Amino acid sequence: MNHTRRNFLKFAGLTAAGLCVASAGGALAVSGAGSTIKDGEKALKAKRWGMVIDSKKLGTKEAIDVLAKACHSVHNVPNIPGKQNVKWIWADSYEHGFDQPNNYMEESVEKRQFALLCNHCTNAPCVRVCPTQATYKRPDGIVAMDYHRCIGCRYCMAGCPFGARSFNFMEPRLHLDLATLNKEFPTRMRGVVEKCNFCVERLAMGKQPACAEASNGAVVFGDLSDPASEVRKLLREHYTIRRRPALGTEPGVYYII
Amino acid sequence: MKLYNGGKIITGLVIFLGIFLAPLAYNVGKAAYTQPKLKMPENEKECIESKDFMRTKHMQLLNDWRDFALRDGTRFYVNSKGKQFEMSLQKTCMKCHTNKAEFCDKCHLDASVTPYCWDCHIQPEGLKK
Repeated sequence: MNHTRRNFLKFAGLTAAGLCVASAGGALAVSGAGSTIKDGEKALKAKRWGMVIDSKKLGTKEAIDVLAKACHSVHNVPNIPGKQNVKWIWADSYEHGFDQPNNYMEESVEKRQFALLCNHCTNAPCVRVCPTQATYKRPDGIVAMDYHRCIGCRYCMAGCPFGARSFNFMEPRLHLDLATLNKEFPTRMRGVVEKCNFCVERLAMGKQPACAEASNGAVVFGDLSDPASEVRKLLREHYTIRRRPALGTEPGVYYII
Repeated sequence: MKLYNGGKIITGLVIFLGIFLAPLAYNVGKAAYTQPKLKMPENEKECIESKDFMRTKHMQLLNDWRDFALRDGTRFYVNSKGKQFEMSLQKTCMKCHTNKAEFCDKCHLDASVTPYCWDCHIQPEGLKK
């Protein structure tokens, strides 16, 4: 064979291309040869998950604390006394939760407590500001978090107009009852932000969210995009409001007043 | 040929070689490294994939599982033999491997790797103060 520079370059080029193809093939075959992934048979699915809370039925702190306890025990949420507490669902007044409190409000609404939680907004500011995409929007409308990626910058807390996010200022395990942890769900670690996840892990197993289950029908969860769903039926039949609609975040949690 | 500063150079070389070869000298006569004995699950003989695959690729698999379950919301894994598993560290892996100290830690300590799984995930033994 004629040893020219051209032949040498051709050979070198082919070898390099071959090596690239071989290593790319190796990198693709990570998750076990012949394996596939799929959804569970029982998984609940929707185009847009949403929630309707009947504040007439669920209007006292005691009643909302029952829901908070159910939620927080399922998700291993610590109870830290003081300003650094972590909360996924909590109780507060109309004045603190909603726009334009009327000076002369009806007494029952004025004194009523409302169950507040992450609204899973359609245009969620927390998703937009998150620099690592640790907070992201799922196609079914749930604003979910990947705690592996959270760097604790707290932009999302500044972005959220509903105060729905809590920062772990300290190791949450110090304030958890370690004997009664839910061993099917992780805890969080110091330095990450956390919030309600609309119980994605329960929906995937065909279960309703923990708060809806504990509420005796005062909290209804379902598909907002399906006109035949129970949430849409409630929205048709009752007067409902959302928190701070003027901001345009399009919350997915509705309150029957 | 003359070696300038020969004394210093040779002393330096001897000290360097001494330090460089110290680990070898230290380990002379000691038993060779053996893979740690892991406590295998008693009721289950087969892992989700072959032993070889799990030994070399479990970290990539867990990485994939996390993204499939969290990002894509697809929570079940069907292995090459058609058997189905939920993609979950706490609900699937640790249901068989019921002891983190006797399984995970054995190799991880030897290899001096410190994965941060257990900062958040709860080990099957439970947590202690």
